Amino acid sequence: MKKKLTKQKLMDASTYIVVTAAFLILQLLMSQGKLSSTMKGFLVPACAYVVLAVSLNLLVGICGELSLGHAGFMGIGAFSGVVTAALLANAIPNGTLRLLAAMVVGGALAGIMGFLIGIPVLRLRGDYLAIVTLAFGEIMKNIIGNLYLGVDDKGLHATLRSEGLTLLDGGKMIISGPRGATGITKLSTFAMGFALILFTLFVVQNLIKSREGRAIKAVRDNRIAAESVGIHVTAFRMKAFVVSAVLAGMAGALYAMNYGSINASKFNFNTSINILVFVVLGGMGNILGSIISATVLFILPEAMRGLQDYRMIIYAVVLILVMLFTWSPKVKDLRSVVTDKIKGVFSKKEAACK
Amino acid sequence: MKIIQYLINGISIGSVYAIIALGYTMVYGIAKMLNFAHGDVIMVGAYISFCVTNYLGLPAAVSVLAAMAVCTLLGVVIEGLAYRPLRGTPSLAVLITAIGVSYFLQNAAQLIWSSSPKNFTSIVTFPPLRLAGGQLVITGEVIYTIAASIIIMLGLTWFTSRTRTGKAMRAVSEDQDAAQLMGIHVNRIISTTFAIGSALAAIAGVLLCSTVPTLQPTTGSMPGIRAFTAAVLGGIGSIPGAMLGGILLGIIETFSKAYLSPQFSDAIVFGVLIIILLVKPAGLLGKQVREKV
Repeated sequence: MKKKLTKQKLMDASTYIVVTAAFLILQLLMSQGKLSSTMKGFLVPACAYVVLAVSLNLLVGICGELSLGHAGFMGIGAFSGVVTAALLANAIPNGTLRLLAAMVVGGALAGIMGFLIGIPVLRLRGDYLAIVTLAFGEIMKNIIGNLYLGVDDKGLHATLRSEGLTLLDGGKMIISGPRGATGITKLSTFAMGFALILFTLFVVQNLIKSREGRAIKAVRDNRIAAESVGIHVTAFRMKAFVVSAVLAGMAGALYAMNYGSINASKFNFNTSINILVFVVLGGMGNILGSIISATVLFILPEAMRGLQDYRMIIYAVVLILVMLFTWSPKVKDLRSVVTDKIKGVFSKKEAACK
Repeated sequence: MKIIQYLINGISIGSVYAIIALGYTMVYGIAKMLNFAHGDVIMVGAYISFCVTNYLGLPAAVSVLAAMAVCTLLGVVIEGLAYRPLRGTPSLAVLITAIGVSYFLQNAAQLIWSSSPKNFTSIVTFPPLRLAGGQLVITGEVIYTIAASIIIMLGLTWFTSRTRTGKAMRAVSEDQDAAQLMGIHVNRIISTTFAIGSALAAIAGVLLCSTVPTLQPTTGSMPGIRAFTAAVLGGIGSIPGAMLGGILLGIIETFSKAYLSPQFSDAIVFGVLIIILLVKPAGLLGKQVREKV
């Protein structure tokens, strides 16, 4: 038992070490000017996707619930973050602090939405939960895509009507319906992205290790058994759901503040699916796996731009092959035969040495 | 009169959703997997029909048959190559593979037919019916779509309740292991299901593009999601449920576009889905499985 605990600690520590090392190496490369400007452009979104993947992993891997609407929370965080940053432009001149405030507000709003959505949704299970989260994601996208929000001397104005808003002179539109949020001051930096990853790791890994985490895993493995030993199933699932939503919202704010303008259609079903792909390919319940697969799978299609039309088809084939290779029972048997043989060779050698 | 017009249009688009939803629901009922690539099979069907009529100059009926044949083959091949090796693994693994297949089909279509939209010529050459002094217009597409969905529905009901293969399908969907012990070739039944579902998808694709004539590699994805919602709404796994769900969804969509707000029709459709699932968690006609401890 004790040994297992130290192994867990080792795993956690190695996650931090890998992330920090990657950050330092990239910083070094950047300071030497070895990183192309396109690569630099990928750093912040990659950080956001890592956070999204880890937060979805909490839901899918640890909690065992399939969510297809993670991009919805990301969208809430993104747009509320943009609004916050725009409103605080004069109050907080420091960019980093303003980004922090945007992320906090984005995370909080996403968390509140997560809670409100969780009340009805968490009564459902399995594929039904998946379709309802999908529905919520689409509803969010639809509403944000038709929201007009602006600020002028009289204060904040918002409407969902298609004719938009008329502001007083000197007023500024922050979100203008289907065109999305424009004129965002780019505040996100790689360092802030790294800090958010560390924060996410801290929250998620400690949650998994805690009493709550064990209860959540118990619910995942056997709901009825967990219920019968007195675990309040809905409460623990809700906790995981809200934490996941908060982190996704913060990542959304980070993501949005990296661009000059952002559109609600970015936070659609496909984005949710992409994040899910990161989680499943990285290994469900494996945090380090999520981080690595999110980085690699985000950079890979971007790095393959030279292949143009072929790149997404290659991505699709790789995705199918990896799934077949890692999950197919036949391949698993084959792999175990091979590893047994290798082990057999080594043990024979050892025996011979003795 | 307006309201009847909207109702007819709603039933028409709902019938297309229903035909697509049948494919989702049959595959889910039998293989217990969400086949996300189903929407893209629709798109492939529409492209095949487009090519046969426009490049080969063959009549519309032949193009529909060709589309059905190609999609049937495609469905069986996809199932055999991508899904069969994963049988018995967690449903999430199969789901991700299905997403991979969906990406593959979309991008393959983009390579073959380019991403610029094609103008699909309707296969229907039937003049629109004008009733009540021209106030009520029923297009040929609407008549074809509704007729096709009724024929498919009756045919499938007959097939699943009367034929040997259909009965075997129901057996597999109820209990795969028990069906296998009774001598049913489970893999063959699952292949047959994919074949039927994909052939239906081809029909749906042609009907969809006859109504909404732009055809591009992403044509299938949104109707696919809608139809999937319809299948869940009616109770996934249930054939009459898919039909009911599809038509309801079509009606809700048309009415909310006409009377409530055109830009929020998505939110309204999905909102209704959520409300129905909260009241009836297994969908309208789904079987509520009692949990045994």
